Amino acid sequence: MNISGQDFIFGCSAIGAGLALIAGIGPGVGQGIAAGHAAAAVGRNPGAKSDVTSTMLLGQAVAETTGLYGLLVAMLLLFVKPFT
Amino acid sequence: MNSVLLAADVNFMIKGIFSYQIFGQTVWITTTHVCLLIVLLLFAVFGLCAHHVIVNADPYAKPGTFQNIVELIVEMLDNMITGCMGKSAPKFLGYISTLFCFILISNFSGLLGLRPPTADYGVTLPLGLITFGMIFYNKIKHQGVGGFLKGLCDPWPIWAPINVIGDIAVPISISLRLFANILSGTVMMALVYGLLSKIAWGWPGFLHLYFDLFSGAIQTYVFCMLTMTYVADAINAD
Repeated sequence: MNISGQDFIFGCSAIGAGLALIAGIGPGVGQGIAAGHAAAAVGRNPGAKSDVTSTMLLGQAVAETTGLYGLLVAMLLLFVKPFT
Repeated sequence: MNSVLLAADVNFMIKGIFSYQIFGQTVWITTTHVCLLIVLLLFAVFGLCAHHVIVNADPYAKPGTFQNIVELIVEMLDNMITGCMGKSAPKFLGYISTLFCFILISNFSGLLGLRPPTADYGVTLPLGLITFGMIFYNKIKHQGVGGFLKGLCDPWPIWAPINVIGDIAVPISISLRLFANILSGTVMMALVYGLLSKIAWGWPGFLHLYFDLFSGAIQTYVFCMLTMTYVADAINAD
């Protein structure tokens, strides 16, 4: 079986894309912590539920950014193919 | 070429529709332009209808359904912007409301089977650059050039390069956030419809609910909120 240079680069790009998605761990943990604290806050003060929820969603959406950068790198490697 | 992808029918890329030559360059009209045009037409029709209804409204009669919806939208945007920007809100009411409605309709357009225009970096980067321009303009207008330079060398002058990088990162990060979120939704839906096309009956509706409606609405809110926060920060910095 012959593997050309092109195929080798494709394979390495796919591995790199998979590795890039490890970036998803951080936002997952961070969002979980934010949601847990929001649940605790609502438990302590049920009257402020809507405020707590909107603040939590805003913070989570901002925290998601680093994970999305990993996704972007993976998409660039798989579909734009910068190294071929 | 496509062997990496395994499935040739997964289709979410931007496609060129036709090309023309201008100043020796080949310029493509892509799906983004067409979807943007459809979104703007929807937006324009909605705006004209709302204007017609509000102008002809009888203040003593019971408001109709459409008038109620329009008033609800305007009131919600008004509350959101006033709550975030305080007394400088009236100057930015027009721009932020337009931005909100435009991004919202763009994100929701995935429901109509269009490719959402905000899943193209060429649409979100200009929005980020407009925010950047507003921050810059308001900083220089309200703090003066001296105050701007003083803010740049905040704790000590040696920190100036880091502050410059932080300023430049603002438009890139907010435009990439919107782009990547909507793109991930588009890719997910394309994968579901492309790879599971035999069993994709009905249940992708719930995925649409999350990826298009929930994620789109949250990202619209975040984009407008961050723009308002940065601009209000530039106005009231002390």
